[in-house]
Amino acid sequence: MKPRIVKPSPLESLGQSAATALEEVVALLSFVGESAVALGQCIAHPSRMRWRPLLYNIGSAGVGALPIVGLLSFLLGIVVAYQGSGQLRQYGANIFVADLVGISMLREFAPLITAIIIAGRSGSAYAAQIGTMAVTEEIDAMRTLGIAPLDVLVLPKILALLIVLPLLTVFADVCGVFGGMIMARAQLGVGFEEFIDRFTKVVSVTTYLLGIGKAPVFAAIIAVVGCFQGFRTKGGADSVGRQTTRSVVQSSFLVIVADAMFSIAFSALDL
Amino acid sequence: MAITTTMPEDVAVIEISKLSTRFGEHIVHTGLDLDVRRGEIFAVIGGSGSGKSTLLREIILLHRPNAGSIRVLGVDLQDIDDAAALALRLRWGVMFQHGGLFGSLTVLENIGLPLREHRTLDNAAVDALAAQKLALTGLAPEVGAQYPSELSGGMMKRASLARALVLEPELLFLDEPTAGLDPESAGEVDQLVRKLRDGGGLTIVMITHDLDLLWQLADRVAVLGDGKVAGIGSMAELAQMDTPAIRKFFDGPRGRAAQEQGQQKPAVPQSELIGSPSWKPK
Repeated sequence: MKPRIVKPSPLESLGQSAATALEEVVALLSFVGESAVALGQCIAHPSRMRWRPLLYNIGSAGVGALPIVGLLSFLLGIVVAYQGSGQLRQYGANIFVADLVGISMLREFAPLITAIIIAGRSGSAYAAQIGTMAVTEEIDAMRTLGIAPLDVLVLPKILALLIVLPLLTVFADVCGVFGGMIMARAQLGVGFEEFIDRFTKVVSVTTYLLGIGKAPVFAAIIAVVGCFQGFRTKGGADSVGRQTTRSVVQSSFLVIVADAMFSIAFSALDL
Repeated sequence: MAITTTMPEDVAVIEISKLSTRFGEHIVHTGLDLDVRRGEIFAVIGGSGSGKSTLLREIILLHRPNAGSIRVLGVDLQDIDDAAALALRLRWGVMFQHGGLFGSLTVLENIGLPLREHRTLDNAAVDALAAQKLALTGLAPEVGAQYPSELSGGMMKRASLARALVLEPELLFLDEPTAGLDPESAGEVDQLVRKLRDGGGLTIVMITHDLDLLWQLADRVAVLGDGKVAGIGSMAELAQMDTPAIRKFFDGPRGRAAQEQGQQKPAVPQSELIGSPSWKPK
């Protein structure tokens, strides 16, 4: 007799996925709590801080990401200026390209594109690294050797991204605006000098700081989700791949949700 | 917090009573009782899913049981605080099934890591101690500079054992010490474990399927079945028992072959044993 596989009814699978999702949210919250406690302890006893992994992570997530972040935000600046140029030219409002590029890049696009790139680049690497260590029993070994995995694997990553992501965002600001300037000159005949002149008048420091201010929040989301998904890896190598994918999807999703919440908060605060 | 560093002979190093574990609706242990005595080689066997690995994880503080008590080296694991857990962890060593070596560190750095973390020694002293343990487990000195990914399965287990031994533990846990090894490497692990036991003072708890290892090394063996200890005793004693959960280890061609070989003599010539003129079950 062939063993029969009982297919769950649609209602049952819906309930199951809801229960799984809820369980994951609770687990994520408790992971956030554990990381926060470990971070607090590290701040209270700085000798517990692991400097080597912190510096390594700053190097790999920050310096290593400069070319890709720079290139993509440069291209984004070009695209924004190009899309705007057609409309602006119709009204003879060519110079307003500086407003368009400056405000949209600094406030929205640079922080967002940087966070998405880092979620794909570093968040996935965190999940894969921790996931592989879970599969090869390295995490268990670490615990039995009396080394807290959170101290070594999670805190340096969170702190590194908190430092690096705002800096990368500044770099993306520069590259994006530069891309917009090149397009403005090519398409609208707005020279660099004119562009910069207009840019300094219309783009306030607040705009710049609001953009940078989002970066630490995005950084915390990416690092925590990446590490969390890594620790949830169970079983074999296929699970590492699955958790890595989940980490990228979830952190990109949460970054965009957080960005939307920032927009709502800023509009409510009239910023 | 009661941590006794010296304990009289024949006192239980591990006392487990009324242990219950379940994962959701799946029951792993129900009212399991077990004692491990000081200085013995104790083996835990059982079919797949009988809860051997979970039992080990509970003893080494990687998993919390749902009910029951576990005392290791006189310390109750229930409600243990972080400082006491750390102190206890430094008194035992664990060799993991897949080694559990850190891929980003060389073998020598892996072995020296517990010393760097928990002792205040300079680098030269750490490396010297690590090299000594490397030699003890029969690995060539040049292996120390290699990364775990470059090692064979047997070498990985030896390196893991060297790391487990570097803090001079009182208690050593071996998770499937010979699984996945060719017969020759498995035989070498046999000898290594024997050498450690003969060094004196060390209590060894292992989980294994390896019948040769059981017949030749284990002083006492506990068979897990149905969430409890189905039988406990030396292999010769277990071989006389009629419980079905125990019989399946002895019946069948592999079980009989290992039994015959084990009852005749140890597989290794006596001359290769260090510090042990004769071997017999305790």
